[in-house]
Amino acid sequence: MSVAASAPASTSPVSAQEAYLDELFDKGILLDTGVDGLYGRSDVFEDVIQAFDRLITRYGAQDRATPIHFPPGISRPLFEKSGYMKSFPQLAGTVHSFMGGEADHCTLLAELEAGQDWTGQQTATDIVLTPAACYPLYPTVAKRGPLPVDGRLYDLQSYCFRHEPSKDPARMQMFRMREYVRIGSPEQVQAFRETWLERGQAMMGSLGVPLKVDLANDPFFGRAGRMLANNQRDTGLKFELLIPVTSEEKPTACLSFNYHQDHFGSLWNIPTSNGDVAHTACVGFGMERVALALFKHHGTDTAQWPQAVRQVLWPK
Amino acid sequence: MNDKIRDILDQTAKLPVKAATLSDDADLHEAGLTSFASVQLMLALEDAFDIEFPEQMLNRRTFASIKAIQSAIAELTQTAA
Repeated sequence: MSVAASAPASTSPVSAQEAYLDELFDKGILLDTGVDGLYGRSDVFEDVIQAFDRLITRYGAQDRATPIHFPPGISRPLFEKSGYMKSFPQLAGTVHSFMGGEADHCTLLAELEAGQDWTGQQTATDIVLTPAACYPLYPTVAKRGPLPVDGRLYDLQSYCFRHEPSKDPARMQMFRMREYVRIGSPEQVQAFRETWLERGQAMMGSLGVPLKVDLANDPFFGRAGRMLANNQRDTGLKFELLIPVTSEEKPTACLSFNYHQDHFGSLWNIPTSNGDVAHTACVGFGMERVALALFKHHGTDTAQWPQAVRQVLWPK
Repeated sequence: MNDKIRDILDQTAKLPVKAATLSDDADLHEAGLTSFASVQLMLALEDAFDIEFPEQMLNRRTFASIKAIQSAIAELTQTAA
């Protein structure tokens, strides 16, 4: 009996990530679409996202950033120039559409009917899904000519796409990223990043979640990527603010603090006021990840969240 | 070997100065070797010397100077021989 009662060896145990995802579905916080990493959001979930968004604005308002609103797609020629395919080919998502004639349409319908792959009838459009909120910004800034003496600061938010299907609710394929992006001299952008390293910890600390800041690297592709990742760590270009969501050992990166040196400034030809190549830095906020961390630590009923946390998110 | 390394530096590393003006000990990162250019340099060295840098060598120290590159290549070609 005891043998029959135990799970067959071939059945893998449900991971902590999957268990949390199931709980979010059960409670109606997120809605299953049948695709891992692509979820509907309940009003409760959105209410937390909006409250956190306003909290970021309260912390960042004194810097008087210029907001720009881009749709979640970028120009394919600009995407190609960005070098994204060199570093993250595995994450990119391009938009394809049907551009054939009637005969091609018949073929497409026949393939659909037969349950075959019909997507070969699609052709790449001029749009690529935005992989990070700041990607459309740099070519836009470059068009404006040399920076003013104080450099520039932008406030962005976008839905982003990364092809990494997962049962971990904190690894969505379509998610929102808010960013402040500083463009200026090396001193200006590094000071900005230092400020946000402090601010980010104070802000997240006020939400009653355990956190730590650690060195990090981006998931660059392949052996060349291994080298880029090692260089990024060796030179301290990326830090993340980590909060345990479904694992203490592997906490989730909820904010990131990035110094790109002159990578984007030189790629897009952005000069400072004295003609040097501009440096850039950004602080990124993973909106869904922060909400997921809050639901994990304070429960799925926001009315029961600690009063101090509610006061920070929904000040009276 | 160092002349060959200098040729590859000139072709791939996009330094603002000619590799001939750099001493064997000169810090290539200080001379303007960027992270992305160091990847191009790494791949070109692998082609030219028919080697493959192992994971633990894919870092800034390996490509910090002409001398460092030369000793990494020597180590890899010795192991292969």
